[in-house]
Amino acid sequence: MATAYDIAMKQEQPEEDGSAPVVVVKDLQKSFGINKVLNGISLSVNRGETLAVLGRSGTGKSVLLRLIIGLEKPDSGSVRIHGQNIVGLALDRMGEIRKKMGFLFQHAALYDSLTIAENVAFPFEHHRKDISRSERGDRVKQLLAEVGMEGDLGKMPSDISGGMQKRVGLARALALEPEILLLDEPTAGLDPISSGEIDDLILKLQRERQMASIVVTHDLHSAKTISNRLALLDQGNVVIEGKFEDLQQSDIGLVKEFLKQS
Amino acid sequence: MSDREHTAVTGINPPLPVQRTVPISSVVDSVGRLVNGFFEWFGSLGIFFWKVLRAAVTPPYEWRELIRQLDEVGSKSLPLVALAGAAIGVVVSLEARYSLSRFGAKSMFPATLVYSVIQVMGPIITGLIVSGRVGAGIGAELASMKVTEQIDAIEASAINPYRLLAATRILACILMMPLLTVATDGCGLLTGWFAQSLVEPLSFHQFIASGFRGATFNAFLPPTFKTAVYGLIIGLIACFQGMRTRGGAEGVGRAATNSVVLASLFVILADVVLVKFILVVFP
Repeated sequence: MATAYDIAMKQEQPEEDGSAPVVVVKDLQKSFGINKVLNGISLSVNRGETLAVLGRSGTGKSVLLRLIIGLEKPDSGSVRIHGQNIVGLALDRMGEIRKKMGFLFQHAALYDSLTIAENVAFPFEHHRKDISRSERGDRVKQLLAEVGMEGDLGKMPSDISGGMQKRVGLARALALEPEILLLDEPTAGLDPISSGEIDDLILKLQRERQMASIVVTHDLHSAKTISNRLALLDQGNVVIEGKFEDLQQSDIGLVKEFLKQS
Repeated sequence: MSDREHTAVTGINPPLPVQRTVPISSVVDSVGRLVNGFFEWFGSLGIFFWKVLRAAVTPPYEWRELIRQLDEVGSKSLPLVALAGAAIGVVVSLEARYSLSRFGAKSMFPATLVYSVIQVMGPIITGLIVSGRVGAGIGAELASMKVTEQIDAIEASAINPYRLLAATRILACILMMPLLTVATDGCGLLTGWFAQSLVEPLSFHQFIASGFRGATFNAFLPPTFKTAVYGLIIGLIACFQGMRTRGGAEGVGRAATNSVVLASLFVILADVVLVKFILVVFP
């Protein structure tokens, strides 16, 4: 069976039909002090594909997403977005790449001094000065309608529930029409109904927009629903990567235990 | 029971107190960590300043946020510095009149008040008031944004947080400090004159004419404009402390406290240096 590293190496090269992987992570290592969080991880994601990254708490899943969007610098290894290594890029050059990426934070990270509409309009105001204010307003309404929040434009983030905050966070992440979507625990802390709604929303967006997505989650049911491939992390390494059926058929003890406990 | 009483009653000498020895190596380690932390803090501050400076001078410029911060730092601090200035004016007026009367130099009162307020008290009091109000505000706001990942969200949205958050706040502090100092000075002179005229009637026109007689711009402009440096210190330290915060609500509180304490301390230290600098450059 090909390892994740082999897959990444193979997929980094343009394929015969000319489509290269959108995100390629290779030999990524990251430590915080003496605590080694990632120990040489290699992964790749293609356009229109969703990769779910699973694992126990503290296995470096969120750190992996932060490395991919450049919020953290790896100790070694590379992160290629559309073939360009982003490690060590200056903040402004990184900004150009980040315009192609949307990030949903675990706790939504909405700007608490701005209304829901202003939160979603925030990326437009900074990057789409070419469009008029009324057009911007229409676009914000449209995005909020997509996530089912069109009725709460003037509310403050503190006035809405956690699930609603995640919807707004998702609308903000989609504002610049990203080609890559990174979701950090999109269903964590939500009741089963809200989780299901978020999953449906992600699936709908994937169908419509064909983004390359990486979803970090503990929720195996959610991962199975929204992803094409899954990767299980443990102690900074990818233990297994493949379809859900591959995980089910695996003899690895940790994989069996993870599936059993989930 | 004293040691002597203890011996008299029991016939046994009291136990000797346990001598706790601290190994020299641990003292050296502690001092080393302290010195290391001190230099690390200054190093990080220098790197932060460089990032902010680079972000501030390159487009796109965040005009809207700058205007919002000018209002936040300037207009909203105005009542506080005006009140502080008014209080200083009364205090200096009362003290100066008493001291000058003892030496038979009452005619020097207007000039004493004008020079005391504009050259000495106004700038430093404004610096300390703004350190408290604005330093704590910026420190707590940015720290809260940091621990709730809002700063990361700004960066993830392809917006440079050093430009949007830090450069605008620091620039607002730099631009507003001299204006707030003028307000402090103005209120101080007004209440100083008023307190004096309650005892000995003196027209405001006479007071000003007498106070500023023979004065040059060199006497008043450098002390007022030096407060722009205080603004830089306050904004820089508050943004730095806020944006490097870790650790939830406790971290936010610590950032706000450290912003005020460090900004106030560095404003006072800067005053020492700037007074000497001004005396040398503008004799």
